Amino acid sequence: MEKRVTFKGIWLPLLLATPQMLITAIFFFYPAGQAVWQSLFIPDPFGLSMQWVGLGNFEFLLSDPYYRASFATTAVFSILVTLVSMGVALYLAVLADRLIKGSGTYRTLLIWPYAVAPAVAGVLWLFMFNTRVGVVTWYLGQLGYDWNHVLNEGEAMGLVVVASSWGRISYNFLFFLAGLQAIPKSVIEAAAIDGARFWTRFRTIVFPLLSPTTFFLLVVNIVYAFFETFGVIHTITSGGPQQATTILVYKVYADGFVGQDLGSSAAQSVILLVIVGILTIIQFKFIERRVHY
Amino acid sequence: MATVSLESLKKSYGKTEVIHGVDIEISDGEFIVIVGPSGCGKSTLLRMVAGLEGVSEGEIRIDGQRVNEKEPMDRDIAMVFQNYALYPHMSVEQNMAYGLKIAKMPKAEINARVAEAAELLQLEPYLKRRPRQLSGGQRQRVAMGRAIVRRPSVFLFDEPLSNLDAKLRVQMRLEIKNLQRELGVTALYVTHDQVEAMTLADRMIVMNEGVADQIGAPLEVYANPQTEFVAGFIGSPPTNFIEAEILGAPAGTKIGIRPEHVAIAPVGQGRTTGLVLYAEPLGAETLIHLTIAGGNAVTVRQDGAVAIPSEGEQVGLSWREDDEMRFDASGRRL
Repeated sequence: MEKRVTFKGIWLPLLLATPQMLITAIFFFYPAGQAVWQSLFIPDPFGLSMQWVGLGNFEFLLSDPYYRASFATTAVFSILVTLVSMGVALYLAVLADRLIKGSGTYRTLLIWPYAVAPAVAGVLWLFMFNTRVGVVTWYLGQLGYDWNHVLNEGEAMGLVVVASSWGRISYNFLFFLAGLQAIPKSVIEAAAIDGARFWTRFRTIVFPLLSPTTFFLLVVNIVYAFFETFGVIHTITSGGPQQATTILVYKVYADGFVGQDLGSSAAQSVILLVIVGILTIIQFKFIERRVHY
Repeated sequence: MATVSLESLKKSYGKTEVIHGVDIEISDGEFIVIVGPSGCGKSTLLRMVAGLEGVSEGEIRIDGQRVNEKEPMDRDIAMVFQNYALYPHMSVEQNMAYGLKIAKMPKAEINARVAEAAELLQLEPYLKRRPRQLSGGQRQRVAMGRAIVRRPSVFLFDEPLSNLDAKLRVQMRLEIKNLQRELGVTALYVTHDQVEAMTLADRMIVMNEGVADQIGAPLEVYANPQTEFVAGFIGSPPTNFIEAEILGAPAGTKIGIRPEHVAIAPVGQGRTTGLVLYAEPLGAETLIHLTIAGGNAVTVRQDGAVAIPSEGEQVGLSWREDDEMRFDASGRRL
């Protein structure tokens, strides 16, 4: 039998739950509700009046080529961030798992970048790749390559992807390492005796057994790339050049706070809200069932 | 089918030597059991033969070929692990076929071999199941099947029965023995259970703290233990050890006498006198626990039909001199 704490009245439990409920209501439900409400209006430029337009903001967005381009940019960006951060993390985790001596130091060092805030990480990378004073830019120049992410769209995308993936590698590394260490040593040894060399073992035993971890990280990283990379993009490219790095969440900011089109910005937030909802449902369904083997 | 030779095999981790030189020549088709208490190095020894642990010194030869530097897959061996080490994401069939697939064997041949092993091990109804849908005994069989299908020269078993319940253990013990006879394959089997060792082995290696104390046929080891450790480890209840001084022999040495060789005699008769602590009547036999002068504990095993002395009674203890085993201060047989 499960032992449960039971309260006699209703007031004490309510009191204990209130702070959390208040925080959620003030910082989540209220703004989210306001966004939904605002997405149905167009305010005048001075914010003095609002005009009801129904779903007009959404209709306009879906036919707007810039908004659709931003969708494609987001897709490319999040796929690249997810692949780069998970790929590198898996590779490092495999190496760390094989390490016997000094694995503690190695692990600690690999976890550090996670402690760096996205905006700070963005500034760090911006300094290295700054078109005038960046160290890396200078070395690339010595090699005859003219790095300019301010003008070159591909380079801009590359830079924000690297800067966004960097701190994320630590996070993924931790999960992959834990996943690898949860695989019984004897299963790997049995495969070795069965004739599988390292790469075959990885492909047929280790990677399939890691699949629950991999799937979890996939969802979490996509969510990260969609929403939490704002700071990186804002500090490095501000969505440019030519909107080449304007992902959806950056466009919400750019249209709403820079362009002062609050109605459209609110409508975009609502669309993002739906996307994150879908991702969350996928993740919950997965956590309940796990990828079973 | 192959012979296996270990030649002054040693293993060190850093500066700590854990196996101090083991020598044995195993002939083709022989069933060798390595037995000893936990931490004696028996598993390490087996893992060295498997190629899962490096060899620090000495040589391992399988069929006359040095295999020290060879990878596990190149040694023509198969191993059954204590926790079975089945691939959890594969069906029973895939588990058994895994090694053959990697060896790029034709599909028809793989299917034939898996079917044959499944029949031999009565696994046919479970071929499509995953390991987690099987009972302990069935998992054990799959692990055996995975070893069999590859038709290796040498079978290695690392405590394969220790995760099973007592009844199943007895049954699987017989199956392993039958299977090994049927396939005629050389086997090395690690266990800490002396009953498994006695019943399975053609010859057994009794390991103690990284040293092979004695190598020999089970009954020979039982009848004629070479060290105090072997005399105490093999046999249940264990051999009684009595300080020789008490019996008038040179000080520092010990006399070992098996419980079944000691008989209760009237007080004043026999070699020494003991105080009966308690008796354990088991039906067919009775175990009587006593202390003798000097505080040594002695166990007597007598037939169930013989009268049992009462607790607290003083009795004489007698045995034949031929049954005495004398050990020097370092535990060696004199």
